[in-house]
Amino acid sequence: MSVTTDTFVRDDLLPAKAPPRNTVGVVGWLRQNLFSTPLNGVMTIIILAFIVWTVTPFIRFTLIDAVWTGPDRSVCATATGACWAYVKAYLPQFIYGRYPIGERWRVDLVFVLLLIGLIPMLIPRVPYKALNAIFLIGVFPVVAYILLTGGHHQFVGSLIPSSLMAPSPLRFAVQYAVFSAVILGLLALYARLAGRPISRTTTPAAMILGYIAVILVLVSLDFGLVPVETANWGGLLVTLVVAITGMVAAFPLGILLALGRRSNMPVVSLASTIFIEVWRGVPLITVLFMASVMLPLFLPEGVTFDKLLRALIGVTLFQAAYMAETIRGGLQAIPRGQYEGAMALGLGYWQMMRKIILPQALRIVIPGIVGSFISLFKDTTLVIIIGLYDFLGQIQASANDAKWASPVTGLTGYIFAAMVFWAFCFAMSRYAAFTERRLDRGRR
Amino acid sequence: MLVLGWLVWDIIENTARNLQKANIAAGYGFLERTAGFGIIQRLVPYTEASSYGRALFIGLLNTLLVAGLGIILATILGFIVGIARLSSNWLISRTAAAYVEILRNIPLLLQLFFWYFVVLRSLPGMREKWTLFDGVHMNIGGLHVPRLVPGEGIWLVIAAVPVAIAAMLVVTRWAHAHQARTGIRPPVGLINTALFIGLPLAAFLATGRPLHIDLPVFNETGPLLRRGFQAGSGMTIIPEFVGLLLALTLYTATFIAEVVRAGIQGVNRGQTEAARSLGLRSGQTLRLVVLPQAMRIIIPPLTNQYLNLTKNSSLAVAIAYPDLVSVGGTVLNQTGQAVEIVSIWMLFYLGLSFLTSAVMGYFNKRVALVER
Repeated sequence: MSVTTDTFVRDDLLPAKAPPRNTVGVVGWLRQNLFSTPLNGVMTIIILAFIVWTVTPFIRFTLIDAVWTGPDRSVCATATGACWAYVKAYLPQFIYGRYPIGERWRVDLVFVLLLIGLIPMLIPRVPYKALNAIFLIGVFPVVAYILLTGGHHQFVGSLIPSSLMAPSPLRFAVQYAVFSAVILGLLALYARLAGRPISRTTTPAAMILGYIAVILVLVSLDFGLVPVETANWGGLLVTLVVAITGMVAAFPLGILLALGRRSNMPVVSLASTIFIEVWRGVPLITVLFMASVMLPLFLPEGVTFDKLLRALIGVTLFQAAYMAETIRGGLQAIPRGQYEGAMALGLGYWQMMRKIILPQALRIVIPGIVGSFISLFKDTTLVIIIGLYDFLGQIQASANDAKWASPVTGLTGYIFAAMVFWAFCFAMSRYAAFTERRLDRGRR
Repeated sequence: MLVLGWLVWDIIENTARNLQKANIAAGYGFLERTAGFGIIQRLVPYTEASSYGRALFIGLLNTLLVAGLGIILATILGFIVGIARLSSNWLISRTAAAYVEILRNIPLLLQLFFWYFVVLRSLPGMREKWTLFDGVHMNIGGLHVPRLVPGEGIWLVIAAVPVAIAAMLVVTRWAHAHQARTGIRPPVGLINTALFIGLPLAAFLATGRPLHIDLPVFNETGPLLRRGFQAGSGMTIIPEFVGLLLALTLYTATFIAEVVRAGIQGVNRGQTEAARSLGLRSGQTLRLVVLPQAMRIIIPPLTNQYLNLTKNSSLAVAIAYPDLVSVGGTVLNQTGQAVEIVSIWMLFYLGLSFLTSAVMGYFNKRVALVER
């Protein structure tokens, strides 16, 4: 009996059929992403119309109808597009303000130094981060200060009566030496009473005092630079000076405040909390007003701060409060075991913070710090209100200049300012996102 | 501590000496003196003969007005944009993302200048108008809208609103109970809408329409000086207010959109999938499942944004909208009472911060996860 087998076993795979025509290619993409439902289709068309309605005039204004070259307002008086010739003519002012033309190389040099310090700092792979940070926070500000102001300060001292010693740099030096000696002596006394090794308590203080002394000597030296008053600074220079000084000065202050707020000592913790909450609760404008009208009242007669310095003090205190909260977030994210481990090893409070906690906490909060710097950078525009000419202020002022005044000058200036601010802030926010992703990967 | 005490003492002493030299009497007595300057927007009566204290109060009300309206508008826009950013429609999500990324990275002051000095200044002049829709016109003098003049019995209509809200709550309760009992959900939305609109409307009609609309009068012909909108007709919203409100709303909405997006993305995907598999439509999924959970994540940062908006409203001083800071600045220039004015500012903003935190803290507690 023969068995017929009619089973069929395919021994090779069928080739895949082509996908339905309307799910692939441009048509498929459109169907899936833009016209998946009738409602979606209608929305797509409305949005498309809206984009065309807003973007076309913008492109026409900034590119097609724009005036690119010309000597003065006559080329822009009848223009219907942006007057880029005006931006070109005023670009140096937008960057340097009224900084003397012959001295502008100093500002350029500061910008270059900043880039040299900053770029390797921002790239995670470049080594020598500690040295780099010392350059950025310790060396660069002093060099920049001397370059920008011209240095050669005359310190004469004011505490010792003139009848004892005539006003001179020597009197100042004597004063500083006495002041340092008193502080070191008090610290030594405290260490003695608390039963700690004297040298370990006084060495950091001595180093800080020594560093300040070096700075004071440097800024009083005559490097042959022409002094430039801060009243002549302006434009991007002021924007960057306010933002970067505010940031750099607020950083250590923020760390101290954050540690203070988490401290076990009730007085310290309460004082830090009040300080932080008060500054965070009020708008920056009132802080700037306070710095510009109240600070002069607080000072003894004869002592005056210039306007820029007052703004810097206000911005620094304001920013320190925000930094403190960012850093506190990082401190709280460190597991308790790290604290306990450090204490179990016998480290003191400052040693624990410096060697174990802060390095970890600060790394976590880099994105937060960048974000806080972005808001500070945008907020620097507020210094216009107390009469400083930052980048936006300089543009605002120049738009009314008789040489270039035209119906489109103001708008052109604002568009240019918006593009510059946007480029800075967007780049920084991308950088923050990049570090965030990197940190995330490291922790997983 | 000693050093700090000495510093404070030194500051107080210096201040006292400086004030004495400038002939300024410390203290809040100056608030009673006649201000002598006009304010372009006042919610309660104020004349040049009013006191400094009254002027500051006007400024305070103006701050509250612009901040309150700004918060409402920015929340609406922010939620729309934040949800749109997660839309499955590529164009919608990209447009929302572009809006957020562009406006968020441009300083608010610059945006304020743009709206006020460029857009609102390029509107037609005082003798012309640009009609948005019937009864609402714009020109360089501001936004001209109809004014509502309340008549007698209007309080009945106003009283009908809380009554309607109470009735809505009762209906909602009943609907929940009904659904639990029978499984059929009554059309709550429809009933509630009808209640909310119907009750005040009924009161309005019953009291004989005690509200009359005062349209802005525009003279196109006649002597040149008489052309344009007539004073006293309709209501004029000053361009400073419009500009500030626009800038604050558009800027803060970008941040709220990001907060909302983060909140929605923070809700586990399984929740959406489970809701869809239960047969809820996508709108229902969003409203009944995702948003209530997302609110837990959204509310704390949203509070921060509300506070930021309120604080940012002080930028009004740059375009001379008479808010608390702007009016305070004028008073400060006239009287030189720097310490007092700054202390009033600080107290107001700090108080507002605490109040907002308290209110939002209460909300947060209500939506927070109840942990056992």
